[in-house]
Amino acid sequence: MPVRVQTQDFDSGAEIAALRRDNPGIGAVASFIGVCRDASDGDTITEMTLEHYPGMTERALENIVAEAKNRWDVTDVLVIHRVGELKPTDQIVLVVVTGSHRGAAFAACEFIMDYLKTRAPFWKKETTPQGARWVEARVSDDEAAQRWEPPKSSAA
Amino acid sequence: MTVKVLYFANLREQVGTSGEDVDVSPTTVAGLRSFLMARGGAWQSALAQGRALRVAVNQEMAQATTPVKPGDEVAFFPPVTGG
Repeated sequence: MPVRVQTQDFDSGAEIAALRRDNPGIGAVASFIGVCRDASDGDTITEMTLEHYPGMTERALENIVAEAKNRWDVTDVLVIHRVGELKPTDQIVLVVVTGSHRGAAFAACEFIMDYLKTRAPFWKKETTPQGARWVEARVSDDEAAQRWEPPKSSAA
Repeated sequence: MTVKVLYFANLREQVGTSGEDVDVSPTTVAGLRSFLMARGGAWQSALAQGRALRVAVNQEMAQATTPVKPGDEVAFFPPVTGG
């Protein structure tokens, strides 16, 4: 399964080793790990809760992975996203892309994160000393995703 | 007809439920939203026009004009914030 939504932590080294095992055609591995910070908008974060939409979330991630594989010449993709209660320094998300060359692997990895942040149904709730609050979506995330939109003239 | 309606994140907290079966005439996403808002109170404010709100029908992102048919699963939620 290239997509996993889970409460438990992940071992990025083991996941990467498993993804590229026995494939001598792989010359590049690009990965991204998102981590829970201890501060947001000037406030201390003591805990974070991640909610998702079981079924749709997995489907959305699978669609994003399929789109990345369609756009770039990559070999394999793995996405792991945690849900439930997390604390600062905890890992949240892992994206790994393998391929023959680094260019496609880097681009696909960044594309997947940008689309995940704007299209996959996850919601973060932060706990601060002042209480809990839902994280607001950021315009900068929309802008990051929009730069991957294909030019109008070459749209299929 | 009956449709399954789900709520996530702050919408779930505001309306006080994660989901329910709703009896409504065949309609659209906008029609279902209006139907639920007509309950007043938390429903009206949680689903109010002008709020950033996303809707999925059968786990695919939908528009205001997307039809809602018997047995559909319709989810209301705020813009996503994962990653």
